[in-house]
Amino acid sequence: MSKSNFTRRGLLKTSAVAGAGLALPTIFTAQSAHAFTNEPTGGTVTLGFNVPQTGPYADEGADELRAYQLAVEHLNGGGDGGMLNTFSSKELDGTGILGKKVEYVTGDTQTKSDAARASAKSMIEKDGAIMITGGSSSGVAVAVQALCQEAGVIFMAGLTHSNDTTGKDKKANGFRHFFNSYMSGAALAPVLANAYGKDRKAYHLTADYNWGYTTEEAVRASTEAMGWETVAAVKTPLTQTDFSSYIAPVLQSGADTLVLNHYGGNMVNSLTNAVQFGLRDKQVNGKDFQIVVPLYSRLMAKGAGANVKGIFGSTNWHWSLQDAGSKAFVKSFGTKYGFPPSQAAHTTYVQTLLYADAVQRAGSFAPCAVAEALEDFEFDGLGNGKTLYRGADHQCFKDVLVVKGKENPTSEFDLLEIVEVTPAEQVTYAPDHPQMGGPEAVLGACNNGA
Amino acid sequence: MEAIILQILNGLDKGSAYALIALGLTLIFGTLGVVNFAHGALFMIGAFCAVTFSRILTLSRTVIDETQTDFLGNPLKVDVPYLHDLFGQATGDAIIDWAVPLSILFTVPVMMFVGYAMERGLIKHFYNRPHADQILVTFGLAIVLQEVIKYFYGANPIPTPAPQAFAGSLDFGALLGFDPNLIIYPYWRIIYFVFSAIIIGAVFAFLQYTTFGMVVRAGMADRETVGLLGINIDKRFTIMFGLAAAVAGLAGVMYTPINSPNYHMGMDFLVLSFVVVVVGGMGSLPGAVLAGFLLGILESFASMREVLEILPGLNQIIIYLVAIIILLTRPRGLMGRKGVMED
Repeated sequence: MSKSNFTRRGLLKTSAVAGAGLALPTIFTAQSAHAFTNEPTGGTVTLGFNVPQTGPYADEGADELRAYQLAVEHLNGGGDGGMLNTFSSKELDGTGILGKKVEYVTGDTQTKSDAARASAKSMIEKDGAIMITGGSSSGVAVAVQALCQEAGVIFMAGLTHSNDTTGKDKKANGFRHFFNSYMSGAALAPVLANAYGKDRKAYHLTADYNWGYTTEEAVRASTEAMGWETVAAVKTPLTQTDFSSYIAPVLQSGADTLVLNHYGGNMVNSLTNAVQFGLRDKQVNGKDFQIVVPLYSRLMAKGAGANVKGIFGSTNWHWSLQDAGSKAFVKSFGTKYGFPPSQAAHTTYVQTLLYADAVQRAGSFAPCAVAEALEDFEFDGLGNGKTLYRGADHQCFKDVLVVKGKENPTSEFDLLEIVEVTPAEQVTYAPDHPQMGGPEAVLGACNNGA
Repeated sequence: MEAIILQILNGLDKGSAYALIALGLTLIFGTLGVVNFAHGALFMIGAFCAVTFSRILTLSRTVIDETQTDFLGNPLKVDVPYLHDLFGQATGDAIIDWAVPLSILFTVPVMMFVGYAMERGLIKHFYNRPHADQILVTFGLAIVLQEVIKYFYGANPIPTPAPQAFAGSLDFGALLGFDPNLIIYPYWRIIYFVFSAIIIGAVFAFLQYTTFGMVVRAGMADRETVGLLGINIDKRFTIMFGLAAAVAGLAGVMYTPINSPNYHMGMDFLVLSFVVVVVGGMGSLPGAVLAGFLLGILESFASMREVLEILPGLNQIIIYLVAIIILLTRPRGLMGRKGVMED
């Protein structure tokens, strides 16, 4: 009679080991196939550029797209390398990202949140975009950022200036290089106090949407802290084209300074109307009447023409900067396209490089690994001096430019002159600052998707 | 008191633009029976006539200025307008400075032609179709036209300033005995109002006191009978379409110094102008003008800070609110005639 070793306990043990053995490769396979959304498997990686190609910000979107294309060219080893040569991180070597050739798809946001979400969704689901980037409107940026968070891809914001993008509405998968309303206020206020004195009465006209509110709040807080008084703040409809009925009562209010919290077409029209009304030729309270535009853009300044002369504002970057990074970028962009890049082009180019570098350093395209590589990353050589990508809110902290409309421009691009480079420390705030949504605003958890 | 005077003044120039566009709309509707949603686009094309004319005046040759450099460090290329070569710098600059008023001469024939081509090429095929079809096709045309303009001129607004002589503003308050600076009003807006009044007067005089106008009015009242009398009313109506296009175009040209023109400025005015036409009464020319000024002034009052503090958002809805009230109390609008758009 033979004795069998086949026991119940033995069967269970064997089954468990065999089961684990069989399951192990499946787990690994499953992980490698669906570890994160749109994991690149071939020799290429696809980025999604979501910019306004139609609608009122189409020119700004076109400039962003030019910069994206230039960044892709440089990442793949084409052109003169641009800022890859000046970037403090030397991970990128012109062989794509992690050895994969960079390809891109584009979407049209139309500067509408729903259209922007639809085009981002299409690029993620149909084209397999591993990262979405773009902007030109805070409403759009916040909407697309939330979509990317849900989908599990990284969102590298383009031109978006509202505090909310990295404040109240910040997300773990979203990152912003561009500066914000708080920084504009903090940078502008001392320069304004210096130029126009601390005893001023300000009248705010504010675009009636998210960005307008945060900009008004930031500029009011900063200027009032300097001693200015806010006489009135009036919201203007976003669709307004003629601002005469809002501007005419300004002088009657006793104000001696008009702050135009407007952007794009609103800014062009309100500034043109204010100058038409001769406000800048008036004397109120014994002082020359002044106008301030908190956020300047060269493309908008062009629309307002000679009306911008002598008017203070702030900007994220300007092509006339003389640091090595800015010069390299202006040379690459200018040689390729024949004119200098805008601040929108700069921030989108830099965001693409920063993303690629973070992937390279992380050694993975996994969004959470990339996010970790970006968080608290300190870098230089990208045009704004030493910069910190703060981990707490995914906002870049760097110097802010205070600019003024140039009196004697030499070309249609030479409209602004840099008045002051405000150091990063002066525009830095606590992550739970009330203007940023306070302690309730949280990043949440990073999402790898899949 | 000064605030009220100020907002009436503000309403006048806004109302001028509404009235001019609504006048053209009503002319087309009254003569051809077409609801022309492309009329805002005609206003926009008129504005771009000023831009184009200004570009023609500033056509330049390029000279290299070795003393300055461009953004890439190369010698700066400076544009010298041909007008400087032809008339000397001072006269050349003066002509360029007056580009907007001078462009009226360029705009009238261009807009007459655009109107003629639009009517003969497209709109005439929709005379006997329902109003819904007319609205769809003209709205589509408006979108096509604005995209064409965007293709050639870009999406950004293009600054087109008034002549230096009209820069700045008039201290109206000081004239009326108020404190200085209380009621100021830009010179160009005064000119816009006066210009609009002249155009409106000219259109009314043309219709009232010329044989052509009399025939057109007769045709508006009873097209069939006029036709039976052997008059080619269609030809006259085509000319009226051209005239309406020219009126919209002139409104656009003179508006360019007020707001830098961009490709969607027509759409910004279109909906409001339709409300103006409906409030004024479909087919009524005096109604269109009256409603244009009325709504312009009401819109200005609704934008006052004191009003907004009591009724926030009133500025966004005032025109539609007034339209509802007027249509509820006077269903044919302020001066609408019986039978128009009621078949």
